[in-house]
Amino acid sequence: MNFENILVISGITILLVWITPARWHKWVILVSSILALFWLQPSTPIRNLDFWFPLASISIVVLVWAMTRVPNEDGSRANLITTGVIIGIILLISLTRYAGPLCCITPTRPPQMRYILTAIVGIGFLLLFVFRYFSGHRYALAVVLLMLIFIFIILKADPFAKFASEAIRTLTKQNTNLASPFDLRWLGFSYLAFRLIHTLRDRQHGKLPSLTLKEYISYALFYPSLTAGPIDRVQRFVKDYRQPIGSRKSNTLQGGQRVLLGMFKKFVIADALALIALSPQNASQTTSTPWLWVLLYAYALRIYFDFAGYTDIAIGLGNLHGIALPENFARPYLKPNITSFWNSWHITLAQWFRAYFFNPLTRSMHKSKMNYPSWLTILIGQLSTMLLIGLWHGISWNFAVWGLWHGIGLFAHNRWLSWTRQRISPLEQKPVLSMGLKIGGWFITFNYIALGWVWFALPSPELAASVFQQLFSS
Amino acid sequence: MRENANQNQWKFYSGVLLKALALFIIVSFFLAFLYPFESIGKVSAYNNLFPGRTRLPYGDDPSKSYNLSLFNLAAMFASHRIAAGPKPDSEFRVILIGDSSAWGYLLPPNDTLTAQLNSKQMILRDGRELKFYNLGYPVMSLTKDLVILSEAMRYQPDMGIWLVTLESFPNDKQLYPALLQQNPNKIRALIHDYELDLSPEDPALIDGNVSLRTIAAARRELADLVRLQLYGVLWSATGIDHYIPEIFPTKQEDLAADLKFHIWEAPPFDSSELAFDILRAGHDVAASIPIWIINEPIFISSGENSDIRYNFYYPRWAYDGYRQMMQAQSVISSWHYSDFWDVVPPEEFTNTAVHLSPYGTSILVDAISSALPELLYQNK
Repeated sequence: MNFENILVISGITILLVWITPARWHKWVILVSSILALFWLQPSTPIRNLDFWFPLASISIVVLVWAMTRVPNEDGSRANLITTGVIIGIILLISLTRYAGPLCCITPTRPPQMRYILTAIVGIGFLLLFVFRYFSGHRYALAVVLLMLIFIFIILKADPFAKFASEAIRTLTKQNTNLASPFDLRWLGFSYLAFRLIHTLRDRQHGKLPSLTLKEYISYALFYPSLTAGPIDRVQRFVKDYRQPIGSRKSNTLQGGQRVLLGMFKKFVIADALALIALSPQNASQTTSTPWLWVLLYAYALRIYFDFAGYTDIAIGLGNLHGIALPENFARPYLKPNITSFWNSWHITLAQWFRAYFFNPLTRSMHKSKMNYPSWLTILIGQLSTMLLIGLWHGISWNFAVWGLWHGIGLFAHNRWLSWTRQRISPLEQKPVLSMGLKIGGWFITFNYIALGWVWFALPSPELAASVFQQLFSS
Repeated sequence: MRENANQNQWKFYSGVLLKALALFIIVSFFLAFLYPFESIGKVSAYNNLFPGRTRLPYGDDPSKSYNLSLFNLAAMFASHRIAAGPKPDSEFRVILIGDSSAWGYLLPPNDTLTAQLNSKQMILRDGRELKFYNLGYPVMSLTKDLVILSEAMRYQPDMGIWLVTLESFPNDKQLYPALLQQNPNKIRALIHDYELDLSPEDPALIDGNVSLRTIAAARRELADLVRLQLYGVLWSATGIDHYIPEIFPTKQEDLAADLKFHIWEAPPFDSSELAFDILRAGHDVAASIPIWIINEPIFISSGENSDIRYNFYYPRWAYDGYRQMMQAQSVISSWHYSDFWDVVPPEEFTNTAVHLSPYGTSILVDAISSALPELLYQNK
C-alpha cells in the first residue's frame, strides 16, 4: 500500500464507521475487504490478471470455508445472502469495464462480462460439489492444503513463476518471450495462505469454531492485514468480530493515532533510510569498511521501520473497526538474545510456524522410536523452521541461507543457555555483572541479526561473500 | 465510567489536534515571512560527518548517482569541500566555473578537470600550493556562472578560471536554468548591482508569494535538503557522485545542413545578442582577483555537412564569428583570455560536443597548466 492508498483507505474507513449504523458494520467489513482486494491488486502485464487474481483469492477462501465449515444449519440462509452479496460486488466491479475513464476499482479494465459470468458459474458448481461431497473430508482437507503450498511454491520460485507466466500468456495469446516471474504479483497471497492453512489444520484437529461464510471471508480477507499481516488466528478474530463495534470515538482515536504512527515509521523513517540502506548496487561500490557497517545498520533499521510501520497501519485500521489485530513487533532490536528477538520480530509469523511446524515436528521426533537426542531434535527443528521462514520470503539461495543463519543462531543460543544455566546464574545476582551480560548479549544479538541481513539484502552469493569480507577487513 | 474516560480521551486528543494545527499555522507563517531556507541550507553534515563533495550537487538519477539537483545555493556550497574551513595560508585557491564540461559530465570525480589539475600539485614560488575547486554546474548560461562566482567569493579565492563556450552566451539562454529561476532575488541583485542587460521583471524568475512559501508549498525544498544530507552517507561510502552508464549515445558526427544558431540564420553575427556584459560583470564581482577566461574545447566533426557546422551546437560561421568577437572583447577589456577550442582531438569527446573523456581532459589540463604560470606571474 502506498501513501495515497493508506490515506484513502483510512479516510473511507473512518467515514464508513461513522455513517453506517452499528448493525451494518459487519457488512461494511465484508464489502470493504472485497473492494480493497480488487483496488489494491497491482497491475500485471498479463491481460486481466489483475481481475482474476482477486477473484481467485475469493474463490479459494470460499472453497476452504466450504471444506472446513462445521455444519451449522442455522447459518445456511445467512451464507446464501453472503454469497449473493459477494457475487453482486464482483459483477458491479466487472461493470466498471463499461465506465470508461471513470473505471476506478481495478488497475486495468475488467474482462468481458461473459468471461466473468462463465467463471462465476464454473466456480459456483465446483464449490457446490465440494460443499456437498467433501466438506470436512480428511483427505480433501489435505489436498487443499497441498494445493495452497503448491501455488505458494509457484509464486515464490522464479523459474516456476516464469513457467506459469508463459502458460498464462499462451492462454491470453500474449508474447511468451516477455514472460517474467514478476508477472504473477498476486496481492496478499502469502498471508492469505497462512490464514487458510491455519484454519485447515485447526479443522483437522477439531479446533476450528463454527463460522459463517461472512465471518470466514472477513477473517481471511480482512483488508487492513491483507498485504503485510499480521497473521491473526481465526478464534481470536471472531471474538472481536462478534462483539458490537464499541465506542466509535475511542476506536477512531486509537486507530487514527496508530495509523499516523505507522505512516511516520514507514514514509518518514523507513523511506529516508532506504536511500542509504545496503543494496546490491551500493554493496559493490562501497570502498570504506566503517561506512559499509553504516549501510548495513541502515538496512537493519529500514527493514524494521518499514515492516513495523505497515503493521501499525494495519493494527490502526483494524482498531477503527473495533478489531484488535495482534501485535507483530515488540522492540526486537533491543532484545538480549536471538530467542527473544524471534519472540518479538514478526511475532505472528513465528507463532504460526511454531504452532504448525516446529511443535508438531519436534513432538513427532520426541515420540519417534529412533530416540533422537534432545539437542538433535532442537537442531533439526530450529534449522528446518527457520529455513522455511527464509524460503517464505522467496525460494532462492539467499533467503535459505538467511533462514539457516537464524536457525544456527537460535540453536547456539539454546545450547549456550543450557551450558550456562548452572555457571552464570550465580553471577546474575550481581547487578553490574548482570547488566554487563545483558549489554553484551544485546550487542552480539543485534550484530548477528544485522549481519544476517546481508544474506537477505543481496541476491548474489559472491556479492554477499565480498561484503562479509569487507566488513571484517582492517 | 467508561463513557467518561472516552470523553476525556476525546477532549485530550481534540486539544492535541487543535494545538498541533495552531503550531503548524504559526510555523508556516514564520517560514513564509522569514523564509529561512538559505540559513537552513548552511547547516550541513558535509565537511563534518561526511567529506565535502568535490563538485556541486547535481544528479540526473539520484538513486544511482547518490546526488541530486537542488536550488538552494547555500546548501550546494555547504556540501562542497570549498566550505570545509578557512583557507590555509599554504594554499593558493583557484576556483573553476563553467558548464557541464567544467563540472565533469560522464567523468568520475577523480578524472574531472580540477581533480587532474590538483594531481599536478603545482607550487608557486612563494611556496603556496595551487588548489583547484570545481564550481562548474551542468547548465549552459553565463549568468548561472556569474551567480556561482558571486557566491564563491566568500570562500576567498585567489584566482578564477572561467570556462566558456558560445552556447552559454545568447541572451535568451541566460535565465533558462531552473537554478536561476528559483533564486530570483540573487539574480535581481546582480542585475541591479552590475547593470546587467537582463530584465529584473523577466517572467522566467519565479517569485514565491506567501502561499508558495509555506511549509506545505516548500516541502519539496525541505525534502531535497534532507536528501542531500542523506546522500552524504553514500558519497562517503562509495566516492560516487555521478552515474556514468556503460553505454551512452555518442556525440553526433553527421550534421544537418543547417546554418541556424539560435535566432541567427546567417552572418553577420550581431554581438548585442550575446551576453558579454556578464563576463564584464564577472570581472567586477571578482574585483582584485584575476579571472582567466578559457574558450573550452569543442568537438570538430568531419562527418556529413561538417563543412557547414562544427558540431551539433555550432554552424561554422557563428562559432568563427564568436571566437573573433571574444578575442576582440578580451583585448578591449584587458581580460586574460585563452582560446583552447581545438586542443582536444575529436575522438576524445564523449556524448556531446563539449564533454571530454578522461584523456581529453588531461590534454586540456596540460594546456591550462602550461599557460598558468605565465599568467600568474604576469598578474603579479
